Formats: sequence, structure tokens, C-alpha cells
Amino acid sequence: MNEEVTPLPSLEQDQTSEQTIEEIVASLGETVGEPRVDDPKMSVSNVNVFYAEKQAIFGVDLDIANNEVISMIGPSGCGKSTLLRCLNRMNDTIPICKVTGELMLDGEDIYGKDTDPVLLRARVGMVFQKPNPFPKSIYENVAYGPRLHGLNRNKADLDDIVVNSLKKAGIYNEVKNRLDESGTSLSGGQQQRLCIARTIACSPEVILMDEPCSALDPIATAKIEELIDELRENYAIAIVTHSMQQAARVSQRTAYFHLGKLVEVGDTDTIFTNPSHELTENYITGRFG
Amino acid sequence: MLLLVVFVLTACAYVFGRTRAATLRKNGESLHSLPRYYGYLTAIYTAVPALFILAFWSAAEPTYLKHSTTNTLPAEIRALPEGELNLVINDIKNIATGGITQNTDDAVRESSAQHYADRKNTSQLLKSIFVVLASLLGALYGLSKISVHTRARIFVERTIMTVLIACSCIAIFTTVGIVLSVLFESLRFFNKVPFTEFAFGLHWSPQTSIRADQVGSSGSFGAVPIFAGTLLISAIAMLVAVPFGLMSAIYLAEYASSNVRAWAKPLLEILAGIPTVVYGFFAALTIAPMLRNVGESVGLSVASESALAAGLVMGIMIIPFVSSLSDDVITAVPQAMRDGSLGLGATKSETIKRVVIPAALPGIVGAILLAVSRAIGETMIVVMAAGLTANLTINPLEAVTTVTVQIVTLLTGDQAFDSPKTLAAFALGLMLFITTLILNVIALRVVRKYREQYE
Repeated sequence: MNEEVTPLPSLEQDQTSEQTIEEIVASLGETVGEPRVDDPKMSVSNVNVFYAEKQAIFGVDLDIANNEVISMIGPSGCGKSTLLRCLNRMNDTIPICKVTGELMLDGEDIYGKDTDPVLLRARVGMVFQKPNPFPKSIYENVAYGPRLHGLNRNKADLDDIVVNSLKKAGIYNEVKNRLDESGTSLSGGQQQRLCIARTIACSPEVILMDEPCSALDPIATAKIEELIDELRENYAIAIVTHSMQQAARVSQRTAYFHLGKLVEVGDTDTIFTNPSHELTENYITGRFG
Repeated sequence: MLLLVVFVLTACAYVFGRTRAATLRKNGESLHSLPRYYGYLTAIYTAVPALFILAFWSAAEPTYLKHSTTNTLPAEIRALPEGELNLVINDIKNIATGGITQNTDDAVRESSAQHYADRKNTSQLLKSIFVVLASLLGALYGLSKISVHTRARIFVERTIMTVLIACSCIAIFTTVGIVLSVLFESLRFFNKVPFTEFAFGLHWSPQTSIRADQVGSSGSFGAVPIFAGTLLISAIAMLVAVPFGLMSAIYLAEYASSNVRAWAKPLLEILAGIPTVVYGFFAALTIAPMLRNVGESVGLSVASESALAAGLVMGIMIIPFVSSLSDDVITAVPQAMRDGSLGLGATKSETIKRVVIPAALPGIVGAILLAVSRAIGETMIVVMAAGLTANLTINPLEAVTTVTVQIVTLLTGDQAFDSPKTLAAFALGLMLFITTLILNVIALRVVRKYREQYE
């Protein structure tokens, strides 16, 4: 390691040093790289997030494009999951959480007065870290969303939606003979693909994935990654991951977060082969995080 | 006094044992356990055998004394029937301990009393000697066991386990004892009244004549009306308790802010802490007259002790029971379930209705079944508010009676304990016990079967 490098700001440090977290964040400088894309699906501008008094996200600008996977990486506690949960207002369920700034979906402010978070979440679906199928049958799990939103006119419609969603999630062949078995009886990887099918069934426009493979074994992970790549054709996808290999494999753009600040964003290839910011380089070469 | 001596000896044994083990350890012996375990070991050897001897001796002493004293009595007294003989023995005991008796000048008894007192003193002395001896020997044995070969820690752990098992056995044996006593008394009842009459008879009137020449009803023991009364009142209670309890549980678990929850939940649980007697007179003095007035104003005749009043108040009493248990179950549903549902664009109430409640349902059913068995077994409210008339009716405005009320009325006051009237109480108790037992078993089964579903 280069001896002349000044000590990097890290989570451990901000507890011992005199610097406040705000000062450290200020020292990180401006975001490196281009956060904007042409014709963004979702657009985040100058977003700050607070948990009670503690600020978790500092002035983030970021676009999410159609037909593209953007991965968010960074050390634990860097705010990537928090930002993801802002994108479909899941943070509304946490009473102490406050969001400022502008978050747009197709040019509409999703925190605006006219936006219904319930409808928003149907358009911006979410897959969680731990597979969380409902303790209902596989069929009911997938039919849950369409039933809520009245997407089907009759039973045959619903059957179609369920089958298609399961097919898109690449799990249909494994479960087609036991659609009435409990969703919790599946293996972890199957459960996660069931959760993806459940999300697709609501016909969302954006899919958010919060570390979707962190609870899965390598084979199940490979299947999900393959699936994410296929889903890119129809959806805008944002994925939070701790695995840099995964980010490199599935995403076209990568955003690196540190202590709630977007440090660097750009093409995945560029970020992984030729990062511009020192922190990004240190992180992807495994010096910390 | 003797106990105190044993305790002091035990304490000493502990100190000696530990010191000795510590010394051994210092001398370089590699003992199996820490010194204090050798202290415990010595203490156990000191206390346990001594306490056993003490217990057995104390248990056997009265029998021995009685037997020995009886032998000193003249043959004609010994030939007396059991009951009178016991009276004589009691007299003798009283004389010996300096109590007041009627026959203080009776020479025979005086001498017997002398004998009794002598024997008693001897026995006490021997007891003390044996106990102290046992405890000393135990201590010595324990001390001699302190060596590299003794695994004191394991011995101590085993002893603790034995003690714990013995304690849990007491609860089990008590339950078994209760069941058996109720069972045997019920069998005596069914010898006098056929089971079919009890189980299917439609008329309950347990008054029996005490003397043969007495004019009175011969008693009829059809239990159907009182079980119907129990069911009616329990049903009313559940109709009140389940919706209110469940909804307040949902509010507390899903909607209430932590502040509201912090004071609302204890407040609700205070309801559970009100003695049932208080509920009872609330039902009898406030609710029942109120219902009657309301009933009169709309032209219904409401009995002053109506099933409705008792059921309503019982329901209120059970609300915290249902809500507290359901609240626990609902809170136990993982947040991931709610997130998953909300993330699919469900509203809060849709999430609760379609995901949280179904996931928590087994627990809720369990809570309700436990509440039902509570309602069936509830006594005080119905004694005060439901009345004594065994009507076979499903009209909640009439007076009915319940199993528990009948048991109370059958067994209070002076009773002969072999008349069908009193024995009927045991049969009722048995039926009640079986009913609640079945309900509890079902509740536990249901809860266990579905508990792992979302884990």
C-alpha cells in the first residue's frame, strides 16, 4: 500500500476522530463520473435522507435508465439500501425517516402530494434481501399483486398472469406441477425467484433489488443473475449488492457509495478497470469494505 | 432446631471441602473441577442423607407412637371401634403435652400418657442423634471423596438436575392427584345415578331427601341444561371478546405508535388484573338492571339475572386475554412479510387482511380457544349474575345456570359427602375438566402445527 496516501475516512474513524460525519463527507468532494443519462426512467436529484437526527444520505444525484441494470456498491452502512428504499417509498414505513430532495419517476415527483405510495410501489417493484414468500400457495403468492390491483378480468386472465410471471422468473418448469403447495416449501433460491415472479406479476416498470442473492448459494445466485440479465429487456433495474463480481457480471452502470455520499458513478467496465476516485479503487481492489 | 444444626453442618462441610480441595490444588494435584465444586459435593453428602432420615423419621414417628401407646391400653379400650379409639389416643396426647382434657383423673390414661411422653422424648433424642450422625458421616465421606478421581462438577450438576426434576414432578403429581380424586368421586356418583341419565337427562334438580320420611324431590341429575347454560354464556362472552380483542390487538400491533402502545397495552392488561368478584357485582348490580330497563322500554321481558348480562361482562373480562395473546402473535409475524406485501403495492389494511392475519391465524385461533376454556371455567361472574335456575333455553334474556355455578351451590354449606347431590359436583367437575382439557389440547395442537409456517 502506498505510504504517502493520507488515511482514508472510514466508519471506524468517524467515531474516534474529531471530524464530524458532515466534514468527512464534505472532504469526499464532488461525485466523479456522469450521474445523468438520456431519457432516464427514474431520476434522483440532491436527495438527503435522515433517520431522526442522523443523516444517512448526502445530496445524491443519480439516474436510472430503461433497459439497464445499475448496481449500487459500497461498504456496509454507506446508504445504498436506504437510497433504494426511497425509490419506492418503502422508507415511509419507518416513522423516523425523512427524505428531502427530488425523486422523479417518468418526470413525476414520487414524493409529491399527488403521488399515492401504494400505486407507486406497484410501478416500482422490490425484491428483498431475504426471500419472503407469503405463507400461501405458490399460485396465491404470484396472484397476490394482480388481485390487489385488479389486473385480471377473470380467472383465466389471472392464470395467464401467474404462468407468465413464473415463466419470466425462470421458475415455471420447477413448480408447474405444484402450484398449490406452500411458497415456503421451496428452496431458498426458488423462493427468491418466486418473489421476483410475484413482483413481475404486478407489471412494474422498475424493479429494485436489495442484495437479492446474499442469502443464496452460488448455483442459485447464478440463476438469479441470469434472470436479472433477461429481465433487463423489459424493465429498469437497480440492484444493491455486496458482491463486486456480481455487480461486474450483471450491471451496465455502477455507482459507488461511501458514508451516504455517491462517490463515483459510471460504466461498469470503467469503474472496475479504471476507477477515477481513490476510494472506489481501494474498495474494488479489496483494501477495505 | 435440628434443621438449623444440619444447615450449619452443611455450611461447615462446604467450607471444609473447598479449603481441602484448594489445598490439594496448591500442592500440585490436578483436580477435575474447581475447588468450590468439591465444597458443594461435601455439602450435598452432608445434607441429603441427614434430611432424608429426618423426613422419614418425622413421618413415621406419629404412627409408631400411636401403635406403642395403644399397646399399653387395657384390652377393653383397645377393642373399641376405630373412631372412639382415636379419641382416646387424642386424650392421651393432650395429657402428655399438658393440654386440657375431660378425663384428667383417669389413671389408665395418665399412665399411658406418661408412656407416650417417654416414648416421644426417646424418639426425639434418637432422631437428633441419627440425623447429626448421618450428617457428620456424610461430611466425612464427602471429604474423603475429594481426590483427583472424583469429578465433582458432574456430580453437582446431576444433583441439581435431580432437584429440578423432583420439583416439576410435584406439579405433575398434584395434577394427577386432582384428576384421580375427581375421577373416583365421579365413579361413586355414577354408581348411584346412571351415566346416561347424567349425560342426556334434560332436567336438573339436585335436591335429594336427607331422611327417608322427608317429603322432597328425589333429585334428578340431567346435566344437559347446565351445559347448555355454560355454552350459551361462553358463546355470548366470545361474541364480545373475539371481535373487540382481535381488533384492539390489530390496532396495537400495526397502527399504534410506540407511545400509544406503551400506555395502552398495560392499561388493557389492567382489565385482566381486576378480580372476577368485582366483575361479578358489576354484572349483577350495573349491567343486569340496565339490560332489564332497556328491555322493558322496548317491550321485552328480561330476567334480572340474565345470561346476557353475565356473558357480556365475561366477554369484557376476556378481551385483554384475547388481545394480549393475539397482539404477541401478530407482532411475531416477520416484518419481511409486511415489506413484501407493501412492496407489491398493497395498502396497510390490505396487508393486514391478506398477509398478516392469515400468517398469524393459527396463533389467534389458539388464543381464542384458550379464551373459550377460560370462559367455560369462569365461576365468580356467573355465580353472581347468571342465576341458579337450570333452564334449557337459548334465549339470552332468560336466567340460566352454568356448570361452575352448580358446583359452587352443591358444595357450599354443610353437606354429606356421600349423597348423590354432592357427588354430582365431582361429576360436573370431571366433565368440565375434560371439556377444557380437550379445548386446550386442540389449541396447542393448532398453534404448534402452523407455528413454523413462516419461519
